Amino acid sequence: MKNKKWGMIALGLVIFLIGITFPFWYGRGKSIAPVLLSLDTPAIAQLKEKRCVEDTAFMRANHMKLLNAWRDEVVREGKREYTAKDGRRFEKSLTGTCIQCHSNKEQFCDRCHNYVGAKPTCFDCHVIPGEVKK
Amino acid sequence: MTTNRREFLKIAGASALTLVTPSLLSPLWARETVRIPGQDFTPVKALMAKRWAMVIDASKCPPDCTDCITACHTVHNVPDFGNPKDEVKWIWTEPFAAVFPDENHPYREQGLQKMRLPVLCNHCENPPCVRVCPTKATFRRPDGIVMMDYHRCIGCRLCMAACPYGARSMNFRDPRPFITKINPDFPTRTKGVVEKCNFCAERLAQGKLPACVLACRQNAILFGDLNDSTSDIRKLIGKRFNLRRKAHLGTAPQIYYIL
Repeated sequence: MKNKKWGMIALGLVIFLIGITFPFWYGRGKSIAPVLLSLDTPAIAQLKEKRCVEDTAFMRANHMKLLNAWRDEVVREGKREYTAKDGRRFEKSLTGTCIQCHSNKEQFCDRCHNYVGAKPTCFDCHVIPGEVKK
Repeated sequence: MTTNRREFLKIAGASALTLVTPSLLSPLWARETVRIPGQDFTPVKALMAKRWAMVIDASKCPPDCTDCITACHTVHNVPDFGNPKDEVKWIWTEPFAAVFPDENHPYREQGLQKMRLPVLCNHCENPPCVRVCPTKATFRRPDGIVMMDYHRCIGCRLCMAACPYGARSMNFRDPRPFITKINPDFPTRTKGVVEKCNFCAERLAQGKLPACVLACRQNAILFGDLNDSTSDIRKLIGKRFNLRRKAHLGTAPQIYYIL
């Protein structure tokens, strides 16, 4: 009786371990090509210094936090101007600032969001000027 | 198995530790807010006031004029669902009896009884919608504008029940397909949020007057700072007899009607 109980527990543990390590051995050896983000837009081509609001590493890691901070400051505090670390000033606006350069949402925003499985709801309301024709 | 005091204390201690551990590890993931330098800057051109208010001289309104409504709804991407049940409106017209139910009686002047007055959010000094909102999605700015933060709205519609003026509309459906021409400078709304007039807060920030004020060819709508004793609207409401909608409810509405 006692042995049978331990057998069941061991079986359960084995199943649990297989389940929890599944992503590690299932994805082993497979490589997924990293996404290529396109910066090929007319507005970016015209820039002398290819620099986003902040530096690329910061933007890549923190753009969502920056946008959330912008959102709260604009809507709730009415503070609409952002001074970057290097002193340049920007309007805190997704459509008015970000999308003016990154006008290729499908090749830029969407590609990476799809790759990492992020589903931001920004564009449910905020408008991409090019998409208006739809 | 009986637990002795020593065993019990061990278990309790270990349990307490599990409560403390997340706060010790949290700095790794808890850095949620990015504080931004230079955020106190306010653009010079923005129109500022201590108390925004509006005066509507309804006697100047020509019958069947919809200039203010069209201008507002175009600028703010207000959808037209084409049926009164789903209707979304920021500014619209109502007959005198509906605007001022307490001031109405059967022997009123015929012209007044037939008149349709433009109505919109009253940007109350004591807004009931703000009081009932469970997520603080709607709030009162220091300059008196009652704002909606659509990011926070959960669509519970308590504000719609609280507003005595019917100034709030719910998006029961995705509004995007029902907007004839989307103005890219202003976001649309999404299904499941409540919307209303924002006194053109986004235009004031750019130094522009509200869209309805500029659209009115009769200059029937005036907008200004009620706190400033030299402002046009302050002088006007001091001079001409005026009414506010359902002021007895104690909401302190800030749209003044001259009839």
